[in-house]
Amino acid sequence: MIRPHRKHSLWLAYILHRISGFGLAVFLPFHFYLLSLVLTEPDRLDGFLSWTDTPIVKFAEFGLVFLLAVHFFGGLRLMALEFLPWSISQKTLVALAIASAFLIATIFFLQVI
Amino acid sequence: MSTKQENIDVSVWRGDPHSGNYENFKVPAHESQTILDVVSWIQQNQDATLSYRYACRVGMCGSCAMMVNGIPRWTCRTHVKKVLKGKKLEVAPLRNLPVIKDLVTDMDTFFDKWISAEGLHHPSKTRLDPIEEIEPKSLGRVEINAGIECINCSICYAACDTVTNNSDYLGPAALQRAWTVYNDVKDADKQTVLNAVSGDGGCLNCHSQGSCSVHCPNDLNPMNAIAGLKRATATSFFNRKG
Amino acid sequence: MNIRLYMLQRITALIMAPLTLGHIAVMIYAVQDGLSASEILGRTQGSNMWLLFYGTFVVAVSIHAAIGVRVIVSETFKFVGFTLDAFAWFVCVAMLFMGGRAVLAVTLL
Repeated sequence: MIRPHRKHSLWLAYILHRISGFGLAVFLPFHFYLLSLVLTEPDRLDGFLSWTDTPIVKFAEFGLVFLLAVHFFGGLRLMALEFLPWSISQKTLVALAIASAFLIATIFFLQVI
Repeated sequence: MSTKQENIDVSVWRGDPHSGNYENFKVPAHESQTILDVVSWIQQNQDATLSYRYACRVGMCGSCAMMVNGIPRWTCRTHVKKVLKGKKLEVAPLRNLPVIKDLVTDMDTFFDKWISAEGLHHPSKTRLDPIEEIEPKSLGRVEINAGIECINCSICYAACDTVTNNSDYLGPAALQRAWTVYNDVKDADKQTVLNAVSGDGGCLNCHSQGSCSVHCPNDLNPMNAIAGLKRATATSFFNRKG
Repeated sequence: MNIRLYMLQRITALIMAPLTLGHIAVMIYAVQDGLSASEILGRTQGSNMWLLFYGTFVVAVSIHAAIGVRVIVSETFKFVGFTLDAFAWFVCVAMLFMGGRAVLAVTLL
């Protein structure tokens, strides 16, 4: 599915950044809406929060934290690349960014289960 | 010599600006063979009407770039063995440029964008002035060295998805050229260069996908040059504000 | 993409970098004993510090997300001119409104 000219780590980092950014932009309005339930219907919020104890939702939370972490490190990588003169070692940075994102999401995952 | 002749299955894009399709050829395989050899063999032995472009055959002129198994490459310096998938090859015209016929693209937009990016010399002296001395190890000159080996083959332009998605985008080659001009102490009009590269189609559109640098046949790094232009643009933005 | 949008995108990103780390830390801490409305409010209610923290976060993310989504729709759906700008402004204002409401709900209630 990924066309041959895109099969390299920098393009992968780009598409991860775009997908995670878009995913976060879609998720945030729901996040905001739920929190505002405190104002209007606190019981419904608690109902929702207890629902978040189910494994499937926990896995979805893992995904969200992963999106956030991947976008965070991907963004730092991008700004380092743009604002600091860089070298080829930036490929290593890509790998490091993804690894760190995964690490943080995993720590979160272990905390919630 | 009793060894059986091996063949390569070559699928070549045939068509005009409006329509086209892949046509299959069987080409005898040889020990040392480039993609350009394969295309030339088809044109000379199978179908004389096949159109393609080349000139120097040694990787200097930048005429023979094509898509080979989905990756833009200089065909005269690409060995078949290096890119063969099974025994198959797929050869197509470069992406992101209009096709004239078969493997030949219209490169006008590519070169026009060099001009739009102000990839031109803006003289600071007349012919009566003495020639300015450039210290080879000076910072600007080192940056320039990394960019001037460009042979205008348009491989980076074909590899760039930002060009695909935004037809106004100047593209890696033109921006890299502008970066070399910007770093030239003999250039008298750097602000014009900056204005040209920071507009709507300029360097700020680059998403650092890096396909330009990965596929450049001369191992140049246009993404790095574009990052330099972004820094110069940002600095000039703050300077003008302050 | 012009220089103004580009700089706004980068500046909001830089503002959010430490905030994101803080937010991730809060999440990891907060979910340890399960989440409830009272648990969240107990931490945030009446706190000017959290109001400032998440208020800044919401303003930065609204700008950052609107510019990011603007690029995506312009490249993917070829939105241009007024349609593109109107779309980006809508995203920004909607997120500011919803995010602002959420922050006020958990801090000032």
